[in-house]
Amino acid sequence: MLEIRITKRFAEGEREFVMESECVCAPGITILFGASGAGKTTLLDCVAGLGSPDAGRIAVGNRVFFDCEQGLNLAVQRRGVGYVFQDLALFPHLSAEENIGYGLSGKERTTRTGEILESFSIAHLRKRKPREISGGERQRVALARALVIDPCVLLLDEPLAALDAPTKSKMINDLRAWNQAHGIPIIYVTHSREEVFALGERVVVLENGKIVAQGTPHEVMTAPRQESVAQLVGFENVFDAAVVAILEYRGTMRCRLAGSKVELETPLVRVKSGSSQRVGIRAGDILLATIRPQGLSARNVLPGRVLSLEERDMIVVARVDCGVDMTVHLTLAARDVLELQPGREVWLVVKTHSCHVMAK
Amino acid sequence: MDWQAFWLTIRLAVVVAAVLTVVGLPIAYWMTYSRWRWKFLVEAVIALPIVLPPTVLGFYVLVALGSHSPLGRWWQALTGHTLAFTFTGLVIGSIVYSLPFAVQPFAAGFAAVDTRLLAASATLGASKLRTFLRVVLPLSVPGLITGVVLSFAHTMGEFGVVLMVGGNIPGVTRTVSIDIYDRVQALDYGSANQTALVLLGISFVAMCLVYGVNRRVWVWWK
Repeated sequence: MLEIRITKRFAEGEREFVMESECVCAPGITILFGASGAGKTTLLDCVAGLGSPDAGRIAVGNRVFFDCEQGLNLAVQRRGVGYVFQDLALFPHLSAEENIGYGLSGKERTTRTGEILESFSIAHLRKRKPREISGGERQRVALARALVIDPCVLLLDEPLAALDAPTKSKMINDLRAWNQAHGIPIIYVTHSREEVFALGERVVVLENGKIVAQGTPHEVMTAPRQESVAQLVGFENVFDAAVVAILEYRGTMRCRLAGSKVELETPLVRVKSGSSQRVGIRAGDILLATIRPQGLSARNVLPGRVLSLEERDMIVVARVDCGVDMTVHLTLAARDVLELQPGREVWLVVKTHSCHVMAK
Repeated sequence: MDWQAFWLTIRLAVVVAAVLTVVGLPIAYWMTYSRWRWKFLVEAVIALPIVLPPTVLGFYVLVALGSHSPLGRWWQALTGHTLAFTFTGLVIGSIVYSLPFAVQPFAAGFAAVDTRLLAASATLGASKLRTFLRVVLPLSVPGLITGVVLSFAHTMGEFGVVLMVGGNIPGVTRTVSIDIYDRVQALDYGSANQTALVLLGISFVAMCLVYGVNRRVWVWWK
């Protein structure tokens, strides 16, 4: 069990950043989720001992790493924390084998390095330098180097960010298997939604140095009430909105999007009529039609005009002006069948429950 | 050409470069990683010989080594003679004179090593010394070579400090640049030219080595 309770203050020019976080990580994977600059790496560095908090306590079971009141701050070297850095930080002048064996000494070095090279299926790379192997292989070497020292906590700072999907899922499987065998607290930093759902038993959401939500991925990610979480979760469309009518008997309310005449029907949440809120809509939840659709259950049908179309990976990102600037995701096929072009008149269809009302 | 002066100068430059490597590495380490607020003062002092006239530096070294200073008196009590006008005195003067030429490239080499690598080394349990020996040093080889070569070459060609501290004693303190000066004074341009050419050649080779290593023309260290 890893307990973290830290306060750390940074002053950068006139901007002050205060990190104030408290969480408990059980053995298993805890996802640390947050935008860049939220303080994720700072938190990991404090656990590893690379940075010192101003106050608080960090402990794994009965091993205390840091305790401000007792004036205790265990040196990095003696913490036994496995850390896979965002840029991996492999030693460029050492081979894969030497990198992995770096934290070991004596006889153990040869035997354990050999074992882990085999079990990570990278034995054929043992003599190669980091620059001579692929990104995925480098990632495995970095993970092996952190695990071979038998750490009591494992910290992973966006370890899969640079990998393609198949390599990613292989790494996730390796990590899962290792986790089952060893059962130590693992903190896994990411800002990818897929990784959160693929890996997480628990998610902690960090924003501006503070933990704003925690729970299972489903709890945290599907019904976000914090806007910060919402943006991280991937609402491409977030609008300021005023509640104009509360329709209690229908379980809905109407919100007018700021700076426009657009009104959306949204699910009912506990807010006052007239209060200002935010509404988030995922770009993938919006339907697009070239003629006004009829006989639909969806309550929001808005006329608009296509501003731009941009192909990105395997989707088309359309910007549509419907009184507000709305981002819509389409498949390539949908674009072709509808013969969409900039300037084209369209209708946007949004279900009531695709409109997420959030506290401002 | 005065071979005695030549070999004396080589011996001086080798000793100075060796001492500066031993002394310069910890200073450069401290300069790179210390977060002391007044560090810049130390950096300024170490860099002084770059801009200070060699005669000024030589004058102060001479005074510091002489029998009126504590260091000079201590040395005299220990050995029975003063440090001024000896080879040892010359070595001390040259070390001060060439210090920035060793320390600055070393420090630049260390600073170019990604601090995340040092962090990684620490999380893997390595002490600061081990991290220095296994990560920092191997990754700053170009800086190390630059520092050693520059301090060697700089000592080879020094004139003002030698003249102030060492005088002109054949076989003891008479270096090649003093030799060149003497020949010119004696209007012996022929042999002055010979010696000057040798120094020019050595300096050129030294500079080629420095730039070649830093441009990674030769990479034999990894």
